[in-house]
Amino acid sequence: MKPYNIYISGVGGQGIIKTSIIMGEAAMKMGKQVVMSEIHGMAQRGGVVSTELKIGQAQSPIIPESKANILLAFEPLEALRAVGKINEESYVVTNTSPTMPFNINASKYPYPEISVILEELESKSRKLFALDAIQIAKESGHILSLNMVMLGGAAAVPGFPVDKKYLKESMKDNLPEKSLKINLKAFDEGFRVCSI
Amino acid sequence: MNMKEILTAQKGENLFLLGNEAAVRGALEAGISVASTYPGTPSSEIGDVLSRIAKDADIYFEFSTNEKVALEVSAAASASGLRSFTFMKHVGLNVASDSLMSVVYSGVNGGMIILSADDPSMFSSQNEQDNRYYARLANMPMLEPSNPQEVKDLMKYGFQLSEEFQIPILMRTTTRVSHMRGIVEVDSVNEEKRKGFFKKDPLRFVPVPEVARNMHQKLVDKIKKLELKADQSSLNKLFHKKGDLGVITSGSAFNYVMDVVEENDLPVNVLKITFSYPFPENTILEFIRDVDEILMVEEVDPVMEKDVMAIVGKYSLKKKVHGKLNGTLPLIYEFSPDIILEGINKVLGIKTNKKIKKSRKTELTLPKRPPTLCPGCPHRAVYYSVKKAISNLNLENVIFPTDIGCYTLGIEPPYEAGDYLLSMGSSVGTSCGFSKATQQNIISFIGDSTFFHAGIPPLINAVHNKDQFVLVILDNRTTAMTGGQPNPGLPVDGMGYEAPEISIERIVEAAGVKFIEIINPLNLKKSQRVIEQAIQYPGMAVVISKYPCMLIKNKGKKKNFIIEVKDDCNNCNNCLDELSCPAIYRADDYTIQIDPQLCRRCSVCIQICPEKAIGVKK
Repeated sequence: MKPYNIYISGVGGQGIIKTSIIMGEAAMKMGKQVVMSEIHGMAQRGGVVSTELKIGQAQSPIIPESKANILLAFEPLEALRAVGKINEESYVVTNTSPTMPFNINASKYPYPEISVILEELESKSRKLFALDAIQIAKESGHILSLNMVMLGGAAAVPGFPVDKKYLKESMKDNLPEKSLKINLKAFDEGFRVCSI
Repeated sequence: MNMKEILTAQKGENLFLLGNEAAVRGALEAGISVASTYPGTPSSEIGDVLSRIAKDADIYFEFSTNEKVALEVSAAASASGLRSFTFMKHVGLNVASDSLMSVVYSGVNGGMIILSADDPSMFSSQNEQDNRYYARLANMPMLEPSNPQEVKDLMKYGFQLSEEFQIPILMRTTTRVSHMRGIVEVDSVNEEKRKGFFKKDPLRFVPVPEVARNMHQKLVDKIKKLELKADQSSLNKLFHKKGDLGVITSGSAFNYVMDVVEENDLPVNVLKITFSYPFPENTILEFIRDVDEILMVEEVDPVMEKDVMAIVGKYSLKKKVHGKLNGTLPLIYEFSPDIILEGINKVLGIKTNKKIKKSRKTELTLPKRPPTLCPGCPHRAVYYSVKKAISNLNLENVIFPTDIGCYTLGIEPPYEAGDYLLSMGSSVGTSCGFSKATQQNIISFIGDSTFFHAGIPPLINAVHNKDQFVLVILDNRTTAMTGGQPNPGLPVDGMGYEAPEISIERIVEAAGVKFIEIINPLNLKKSQRVIEQAIQYPGMAVVISKYPCMLIKNKGKKKNFIIEVKDDCNNCNNCLDELSCPAIYRADDYTIQIDPQLCRRCSVCIQICPEKAIGVKK
């Protein structure tokens, strides 16, 4: 059986690796096979961060071009940059609040209009779920719960192979107890927005 | 998962581990007593985990001053009968290589594993050298895991093998193995504690020429026996049997091969080489006799490919060997499943099918997002002051030799303060050369950890040989780029115990430098003045910029004021153009704003604004 491929991208500091570990451990707890790839080091200083997960039978965590079942983007520009990983059957969940590259003023190419990014993502995927994850995170109690908003959003996508129940269990194992309430709220809100 | 579970998990439990974490678990299951490293990505997390659990695990762990020292610490422990583990990034093994060559001659009593984390495609390195050559150069056994479970299992096996043959083992991972996460079923931790005792044996441990000649003969004999061992090893294993093409592969390349072969049901036979040196000649011979053609899939250099060609030649076999050398696969960078599929299809004469699900590409050209110095980073302030000092003195063509650390990011505009870099510590050594070769002014940058690692001998060289340059030591009180490990300049060691703090200033003084100034880089006026004096000083001048990395300073705490751009701003762009702090941005309405979430209140922008339009919000 082919694995379910998850490509996650965004910007250093958004909690992408933590989110991916929560997903992977939840899959493991469900008794599924899972492999994951993450990149550390230089990339974290405000650069692009991406992780790749395969749930099911796979040796390598690297997702071939166009073979991601879902693209989970914590930042809209990074969603578009990762679009080569999806096909017309793929789902995209993206945060709509941009994080500007620090050098954008000196950049030859401007940051695209959000509406343009969303249109592109919509036209290239089976379905686009766009949510203002920063706003939802703030409303849930802390901007840093952004990653759990996105995790909740991913969990709402049709065919997503990891159950909500296991994701929440895995959140408890991986997040500090004092922020768990906020994070669970953020997760539920992300889930709710993408379930509509 | 809590990091402590790497120590506490019970036999039979499953953990979702990073390759680097699995290496720690394997070492604990093998019962190591001593571990040592100098941090370097992609191996850094091994040390981070060990540093967190060493006390509870009752083992000794240290962040050594450099990789050579780390290897020597472990070598002596193994000579004393303990199991030892030293690990480093690929280029770190270059630093350690002098002692590596000798420890293979003398051999070990307690098992010893040296792990080299290679970095194909250079995610965080200056080159993508293939350290499988080191196994051949030093003549030592090599193991190459493909996933975290194998990392853990091979650690245990490696220690047994090391003790059986009294030889250190080289374990080679790559970024995609070190930074791959997978499910690892753990075994029990070995709680038996050995007592180290060094039994003198100069004919074994002191390689003066006469002794070394004997030792080399013994080493060659060991390797002969190990060749047999590799040939009989179940680690070198046939995985897929179909058709007439034989694929020989190792490491993470094996993962790609298996995924594309199984998904596309390709008619190939796959031989995975895990015990890769001594190269298992008979295993290879048996495998290639049954196939028509051979495809070598390995990262990065065609190392096994040439070995296989030698076997084909030796036995006069009529077998075509495909791989990097005939252009079937790319010669450099890491592989991907797409590259492997194309390579196999090329050999099989199948057209790569790109139909059904077309890859989606955007027509837009997207702005890049390069990594940068963090908001509030003290290095940014130093670079700003250096630039100002140079312009105040009307200097041109100043050379900026730089070094390895976050501050290497100073090569980017607007700082552009990185002109020449070779390796750890090279900022100082190359400055000596520029000082002799040119009449240009030289301002050189090195971090605190890098200074301890390899900056001290070239500084002594500079003073003794009467070189003239300014060395700026960027002491941010940590080893920042690799994740914030302690170094000898801090009052804490790798175990987490209190430790004597080594003074950079006093080392510089003892080396004979006469001009030594310590600056607070966030005080721009004073910093500029000191740097100007240093540039004009006739002789070696050292400026120590001392301010903690913003990632460790007041972790989690924020100063309770906000810095804002006031109405006096006339949009001169000075802050954006000259400082390029990620917290300062131009808003949609074209006003300049400071993001209070990103701002670390370092106050450098307040000092540089010509209109005094940046200040504390009242």
